[in-house]
Amino acid sequence: MRVLAAMSGGVDSAVAAALAVEAGHDVVGVHMALSRERDQMRSGSRGCCSIEDAGDARRAADVVGIPYYVWDLSARFEETVVADFLREYEAGRTPNPCVRCNEHIKFEALLDKATALGFDAVATGHYARVVRGAVTELHRAADAAKDQSYVLAVMGPERLERALFPLGGFASKDEVRAEAARRGLSVSAKPDSYDICFVRDGNTQGFLRDRLGSRPGEIVDSSGAVLGEHDGAYGYTVGQRKGLGIDAPAADGRPRYVLEVDAAANRVVVGAAELLSVDRITGEKSVWLADDVLAGAGADGWVEGEVQVRAHGAPVPARVRTTGDAGAEVELLGAPLRGVAAGQSLVVYRGTRVLGQATVASAHRARPASVGTRA
Amino acid sequence: MARVAPGRFVDWSAVTPQTDGPDASVYLDHAATTPVSPAAVAAMVDELSTVGNASSLHSAGRCARRAVEESREAVGAALGARPSEVLFTAGGTEADNLAVKGIFWARKSADPRRRRILVSAVEHHAVLDPAFWMAEHTGAEIVLLPVDDVGRLDVGALHAELAEHADEVALISVMWANNEVGTVQPVDEVVRAARPHGIPVHSDAVQAVAHLEVDFAASGLDAMTVSAHKLGGPVGVGALVAARGLDLTPVLHGGGQERGVRSGTVDTPAVRAFAVALTEAVARRAGEAERLAALRDELVAGVRRLVPDAVLRGPEPGPAGTPGRLPANAHFTFPGCEGDSLLYLLDSAGVQVSTGSACQAGVPQPSHVLIAMGVPEDAARGALRFSLGATSTPDDVARLLEVLPGVVERAAAAGLASAPARVGGI
Repeated sequence: MRVLAAMSGGVDSAVAAALAVEAGHDVVGVHMALSRERDQMRSGSRGCCSIEDAGDARRAADVVGIPYYVWDLSARFEETVVADFLREYEAGRTPNPCVRCNEHIKFEALLDKATALGFDAVATGHYARVVRGAVTELHRAADAAKDQSYVLAVMGPERLERALFPLGGFASKDEVRAEAARRGLSVSAKPDSYDICFVRDGNTQGFLRDRLGSRPGEIVDSSGAVLGEHDGAYGYTVGQRKGLGIDAPAADGRPRYVLEVDAAANRVVVGAAELLSVDRITGEKSVWLADDVLAGAGADGWVEGEVQVRAHGAPVPARVRTTGDAGAEVELLGAPLRGVAAGQSLVVYRGTRVLGQATVASAHRARPASVGTRA
Repeated sequence: MARVAPGRFVDWSAVTPQTDGPDASVYLDHAATTPVSPAAVAAMVDELSTVGNASSLHSAGRCARRAVEESREAVGAALGARPSEVLFTAGGTEADNLAVKGIFWARKSADPRRRRILVSAVEHHAVLDPAFWMAEHTGAEIVLLPVDDVGRLDVGALHAELAEHADEVALISVMWANNEVGTVQPVDEVVRAARPHGIPVHSDAVQAVAHLEVDFAASGLDAMTVSAHKLGGPVGVGALVAARGLDLTPVLHGGGQERGVRSGTVDTPAVRAFAVALTEAVARRAGEAERLAALRDELVAGVRRLVPDAVLRGPEPGPAGTPGRLPANAHFTFPGCEGDSLLYLLDSAGVQVSTGSACQAGVPQPSHVLIAMGVPEDAARGALRFSLGATSTPDDVARLLEVLPGVVERAAAAGLASAPARVGGI
């Protein structure tokens, strides 16, 4: 196959490119330039965006022995990832920009361009497994700690057909680093990246304030009583506990959490932890990778599995069904989840297999709380 | 031993551009860098195999000094300059920096009102960036002189600027010929406009020397930049030709070499190779210009025939001998295509071209030259520059034209696929 290896400059994508070559593919390395104003050196734990990272990718391509190009996807990235990130926070929601980047940049802009230029597949350094049979399935990586299936589920079945994740079977990151060192890839000891790449100093709040400006408003409890002030409701996330800036302690002395971000009223509602618990979630913009499973659902449409609402959250037992217009309905079967915010990605698993994903539209509590309110 | 041997040319067909791709490679990027002439390689290797610092007073030093001074004479002779006007540098960028900063500082210290730096909007970054740096750090004021839609300086705008602010101008810098679209600038008109006011004029002639007649004395310029690797010499050596009366404040301080303006041990092997390559290039120039113009015209006609919506940027190539455009340059924008797609597809078909100007990070930026010419940013993204040189043959052009239609068709499809689309969900 003709394979385009997306190369960030990190160890994972370098090893992925090497493995694609060793699997006998005709490979070309491409580094995506996601910003036109790039720092010379990498800083903190942002892992793809400096000129140094582009240089690391170039050297990895040299070592692997493949041609290397830089493609400018900065305009598309600004529009579909950064602007979306700001719009979502502005609307009181909690976006995951890595999901949007996989959806619109890696497995749309890059993949579509690659396909049009004659490539058969795009290989990345993501940790996930693709199992190809009668149906192409997406599974969690062998290394549960590194598993990235959560941020990949959004790509949908057609794009999954053209995706290669050569690292999915590795037992650990150390093994990947060893493979890099064995091949003489100088990035073998490069630190992992965690932060949002376009937030330069890792300070998301500061980034939002710079881009969205100051918008003072009130922090209230569920009765509407004003407890404090904020500088912009967009800076708060459902489930957040730290940094609320409320001086007076709660009457019961227990910590307060953000329960709701009401963007229209520019108001942040806070309250006790158990008020965060939900067991019903409504999803939108759903994408399914398991038509075979959906087809086997009962007359009422329910499919049993597990759902995960955070990149590193634990999956919890649930049943799921599709509703009209790419909607999804989720009922948790066990303990409720805390702090499920609109905008988050909800991924449905059955064991290691990804069944589909949706964006959280709303969440609420249907069953009475198992832990009583200790008023 | 003759240090410089003009007229003793080596067969260029033995020189093959390197490739990590297809074996039969077509190199159409001579404006980025040229293959080094075999004679220059021989001179460089010969000099590298000896010892001697041209500033040393013993025998080895004298030999090195002799090689440097013979090279200086050869470079001067090839450029119509006196040997003492040739200041060797480590390339074109350093020479441009020395010109912009050195002339600005000297002129401003003579009269503090002189704060304005006049540059054309299509200068190379090696001129623009030092000028903007001076504005940011030393209180210079930049005046970007506009160009027309083929990239030619608006001389009227220069006259208007001088009519109002001549007393405040430190220097004018206008390139001899543009590196992207090949436009030859009216340097003579700039010199004529500046002379009554006593304002020094610098010109970056890096792209011009290999293909156009460049005579420093006849040009009336005060300073001129030349680079070896654009004319068959090695990378890392060049010269600022600076008129004897020009006051220059040094940028590099140290041992006081090169009239005290450019300190640093003179790179004797590189300087010798530069002199050999330049002498050779100038001796071949008229014939090469004619040969390459004919090849270029064939390329332009072919592209227009095969890709009718491609737009030639820069001046229409005139009949041979009318220097509106560098004879070896062709530059097109391909509507609906991205330069990086075109470059990739051509590269994988063994044809090496450029999207315009190289950039250290390899991040394609819309060309400031095309933007200054009024080309919309969208169109500027689909730019390709083809530049011919000593190793170019009719087969190279034929190979390009053979693969180009398929490449453009594919790049256009990719352009559609990756055009900014809807925002939001699935």
